[in-house]
Amino acid sequence: MALFVLRRVLLTGLMLFGLVCITFVVSNVAPSDPAALAAGPDATRDMVETIRREYGLDRPLPEQFLRYVGGLLTGDLGRSIVTTRPVAMDLERFFPATLELVLLSMTFGVLVGVPLGMFSAVLKNRTPDHATRFVAVSLVALPAFWFGILLQLLFSVQLEWLPTSGRLDVAVPPPPFVTGMLLVDSLLAGQWETFGNALSHAILPALVLSFPCLASILRVNRAEMIEVLSSDYVTAAKAHGVSRLRVICVHALRNAMLPTLAIIGLRWGWMLGSTVLVETVFDWPGIGLYAVSSAIAGDFKPVMGVTLLIGLNFMIVNLIVDLLYGVLDPRLRTAP
Amino acid sequence: MSLALPRASFAERHAASIRQLRFYAWSFGRSPSSLLGLAIVLAFLLVAAFGPWIAPYPMDAAGAMNLSNRLKPPSAAHWFGTDEMGNDLFSRVVLATRTSLWVGLTIVGIATVVGVPLGIAAGYFGGAVRAVIMRVTDIFLSVPGIVLALAIVAALGPGILNGIIALSIVWWPGYVRLVEAKALALRNEPFVEAARAVGAGHVRILAVHILPNCTSPIIVKASMDMGLAILAAASLGFIGLGAKPPAPEWGAMISVARNYMPNWWWYAVFPGFAIYLTVLGFNLFGDGLRDILDPKSSRR
Repeated sequence: MALFVLRRVLLTGLMLFGLVCITFVVSNVAPSDPAALAAGPDATRDMVETIRREYGLDRPLPEQFLRYVGGLLTGDLGRSIVTTRPVAMDLERFFPATLELVLLSMTFGVLVGVPLGMFSAVLKNRTPDHATRFVAVSLVALPAFWFGILLQLLFSVQLEWLPTSGRLDVAVPPPPFVTGMLLVDSLLAGQWETFGNALSHAILPALVLSFPCLASILRVNRAEMIEVLSSDYVTAAKAHGVSRLRVICVHALRNAMLPTLAIIGLRWGWMLGSTVLVETVFDWPGIGLYAVSSAIAGDFKPVMGVTLLIGLNFMIVNLIVDLLYGVLDPRLRTAP
Repeated sequence: MSLALPRASFAERHAASIRQLRFYAWSFGRSPSSLLGLAIVLAFLLVAAFGPWIAPYPMDAAGAMNLSNRLKPPSAAHWFGTDEMGNDLFSRVVLATRTSLWVGLTIVGIATVVGVPLGIAAGYFGGAVRAVIMRVTDIFLSVPGIVLALAIVAALGPGILNGIIALSIVWWPGYVRLVEAKALALRNEPFVEAARAVGAGHVRILAVHILPNCTSPIIVKASMDMGLAILAAASLGFIGLGAKPPAPEWGAMISVARNYMPNWWWYAVFPGFAIYLTVLGFNLFGDGLRDILDPKSSRR
């Protein structure tokens, strides 16, 4: 088991290094001059040259690469031109908002996707099953940014049930900072009104973000359930007079756990990626919106920072999922 | 005096393939959702091909100005209403279809041309070749495509061409993964071994024996990816890093339309619905293809 863990950790380190290489290459193929960008639009040629020397941009590429990696190791991701703060500080500030959204969506996706998948499998090839599958395909095809706008039109403008955008109303006092996730912080501080307000802001973006994940959890659970329901041990359990409900909830649910876990690992990174769109629609101040506004300003240090952060996140979550798999299914420990 | 036997007719020579195709068509036609997908895909292709003849105001796609007509709700003259320049939205949505078709074909085309050979090589040769190719692929797959594409576009600068380049760079690894697994399974099949035994070279084995046996999953993935690539390009357009107005592109139209919400709702609703229908069509179509071409994996 120790060897298995070591192998996986080393592999993750290698992949992270590869990702760093990619972001470095992408930053250096840019036709725009980073020194000129940092100096601002009305800098003189001398000022640009000074900045070029200061940032080490006049050094050969291998040396720049070593400096870049060295900077990353000490947590230096460069400086954002738009916010004028170090990128690492910005990420620290914006990431909790994104994490809050993704966790909420993931919870929703699992809580709705697993039962719907099982329901669909039990009623296989009957009308509710076809309807559920059609909805699942639709959820994948829906452009998140467009559907977000539709939900805003319906729930915020027409019905006036939920706020259009942002994380919290201006008049509502924010909770004291603990995790940076408003829902958690307001609960910790016992501020119920703030919690309710934060939740009402989070519902629509979390819903939109959860759809593709919900659809794949539904699909996997349906397939798994159909397989389990036709297996010998379920027939045996039925023959022994075990109730249908017990067969579904105990025997099938346990088997659905592994694939659902895999989907969570796979979808985690995808969700973080989709925040780029969803946060733009809902003005949710997370890393997605930060990446987009920086990219539009032509400021690519923050975009690379977000790319690395999301990649790191995805790799760590997959590492955890892999290790959990090893715990849940010992046969996988020896697999390459 | 001729010794040649009477040549068999086309139908006779290809009886087996024709029977197989008819079986495919029959089983495809049994699924209503596959047929719906096929209908949407065909409609999309027709609209893309005949757009300039379908659109009632084809000049409006080029960015004509007609300010007396700006932001009119849907009516008989303007089915989808008009935008802030007074352009007919129906015409713009119709003409944007061609942009999307072109974008989708380019991205999926580049991805297959790059990804499939790499995947076949990785699966067939194994060893160090496979290790290198698969590690690089894994690194690309460790970041969601849209984020890496955003990073590349941020570095290259906005524009539809840069968007296509960025999406092509992030799209090929999926094909490597898909084909590698298939080629790995095929390399030890008896017919491959037999080919090797009679002295066939690597290139011949790869092209004649491995590649044709990988085509079903590639076709299925490519048809699904058409929709997803169109969606991804529209997403870049929505962010403001893809196509630039006034060029007609669905995502960019929604991006501009956001400034006119909620009072001028039709501006965002119709282009978005076009994206949704297109992606849904290709997904259903791909699903249907998988059911007939690759029935083993469709059960999962």
